[in-house]
Amino acid sequence: MIKYFKYIIIFLFSITHANALIEVDITRGNLNPLPIAVSPLSIDSNSNEALQKTLKKKNIGSEISKVVENNLQTSGLFNPLSKDAFLQKPDIAHLKPRFEDWSLIKAQALITGKVIYKNEKLRVEFRLWDVLAGKEMMALAFTTVPTNWRRVGHIITDKVYERLTGEKGYFDTRIIYVSEEGPKTKRIKKLAIMDQDGFNTKYLTLGNELVLTPRFNPTNQMVTYLSYFRNLPRVYLLDIETGIQEVVGDFPGMTFAPRFSPNGKKIIMSFAMDGNSDIYTMDLENRVVERITNHPSIDTSPSYSPDGKYICFNSDRSGYQQIYVMKSDGTKVKRISFGKGLYGTPVWSPRGDLIAFTKLHKGKFYIGVMRTDGSGERLLTENFYQEAPSWSPNGRVLIFYRETKSDSEGKGFSAKLWSIDLTGYNERLVDTETDASDPSWSSLLSN
Amino acid sequence: MNLTKIFKNAFMIMLASLVLSACATKKVTNQMQGDVYTGKDTVEYLASGVADRVFFATNESVLTTASRETLRKQAAWLRKNSKINVVLEGHADERGTREYNLALGERRANSVKDYLMTYGISGNRISVISYGKERPVDSGSNPLAWSKNRRSVTVKAN
Repeated sequence: MIKYFKYIIIFLFSITHANALIEVDITRGNLNPLPIAVSPLSIDSNSNEALQKTLKKKNIGSEISKVVENNLQTSGLFNPLSKDAFLQKPDIAHLKPRFEDWSLIKAQALITGKVIYKNEKLRVEFRLWDVLAGKEMMALAFTTVPTNWRRVGHIITDKVYERLTGEKGYFDTRIIYVSEEGPKTKRIKKLAIMDQDGFNTKYLTLGNELVLTPRFNPTNQMVTYLSYFRNLPRVYLLDIETGIQEVVGDFPGMTFAPRFSPNGKKIIMSFAMDGNSDIYTMDLENRVVERITNHPSIDTSPSYSPDGKYICFNSDRSGYQQIYVMKSDGTKVKRISFGKGLYGTPVWSPRGDLIAFTKLHKGKFYIGVMRTDGSGERLLTENFYQEAPSWSPNGRVLIFYRETKSDSEGKGFSAKLWSIDLTGYNERLVDTETDASDPSWSSLLSN
Repeated sequence: MNLTKIFKNAFMIMLASLVLSACATKKVTNQMQGDVYTGKDTVEYLASGVADRVFFATNESVLTTASRETLRKQAAWLRKNSKINVVLEGHADERGTREYNLALGERRANSVKDYLMTYGISGNRISVISYGKERPVDSGSNPLAWSKNRRSVTVKAN
């Protein structure tokens, strides 16, 4: 169905790990983003002509550099400089930058590159330069099919981000979400997937039945979600490459709130019957079902810790929605949220140290984080309605959805995806073709 | 001096009573008791006099006195029409997280099911589905709209 995984071969031809002068601190809100120059990647005229035909882009070299530039910009950590100020031509800069020219425009880092089209393959090489030290910091080349050109831009960004921040990037990733259309009372919902930067949107279901809460398998291209197919709300699995769907939570009641275990081999979900919701797991290999909680309250929104040893979840056993943590076998249940208000949708950070959540207090909704023992609660953003945070694979950014208030006729309503840094800075609208909700961030597609 | 004070007080009282009566009329048009909807705007009928839905307080699945009265009528109608099966559709308002609301809708529909069963309706004739906050009847973002949406609706299945 989706031919995303056409190969990308990466040649490392030299990574200089000499003491770099530039470093980007990502642990704090960055008020001084690093000035970086992203030179358009150079391309020879023969390659350009051939690629113009296949990709319908005037100059794929500058298109790839735009992808990189946009990624760096939205990260909030970098300030890509205007190309109008660049003095050096892309091809010459790639061979040997004249560092004085680049430091003149206050660039501290420089990205240069070259695109070649040969044997129907796209070969892209790039270099990252430390302008102040006058040194090459990194050089890499990729070979792939031409249609993968946006991914090349994302991989370049990941490499640059990693080299300058010391942490893995999150740019060569995708977001699966629920696309929404129509009036509130008759909303049409479809599963949709797009690149992290909002491009290459594909719709995975037709909108004939209600679908909710898609979540990526962290290890492959499977997705689990809730579908009301034939008016039976059940947990489903979808292979986004083949398009094959199958029901996994076919119990005599509603199954919902699914998520994968960190190794991708189990699904954890809620099963509701006779007015009571409890948490269950299903082993995807042998389909063995295990009951994890057994309590007359509502137990839902389970999420594993990255080592698979613990589960955080949402329960109203205290009378109101609160967050609990237990061992993955269901023992040692402990409430961790004690602040004022209601807490829901806990999601364990891929770094293991934090749990992101939704909080409702005095008619306002918040996205926040707390340590896994409930201490150190920090609210990142407040709004009329927002919920369901999902972590970027490096645990630095959260994506969630936000709804606006509607008037008595239902006008003014919208649902959109937003992202915010763990620091509480850099809140951004994530562009989607339609209204959108329930985002889930994939793992890095490469490496 | 005293007279002006009396006038002033009288004026204040008049003003206060005006405000209060305004509140009172508002409450009637709001058609809510506490935050449970008591109006008929969205109600449909399974048969003459047999309302199809009951309403709930925020975050609650407890049946109110009015709800129990409605459900006794539904039970009587179901006893008379023994070939009819029903689906109970449980719903929540938009002011809660999606997954919790799915569970809450299921809980609401089941408290209706339990009540109907105590009035002699077989569990085999009743199925339950939760829509959480996915199918509001009123698309407004205000307390009255939310009260109409916190509901369980009894729908003929055949």
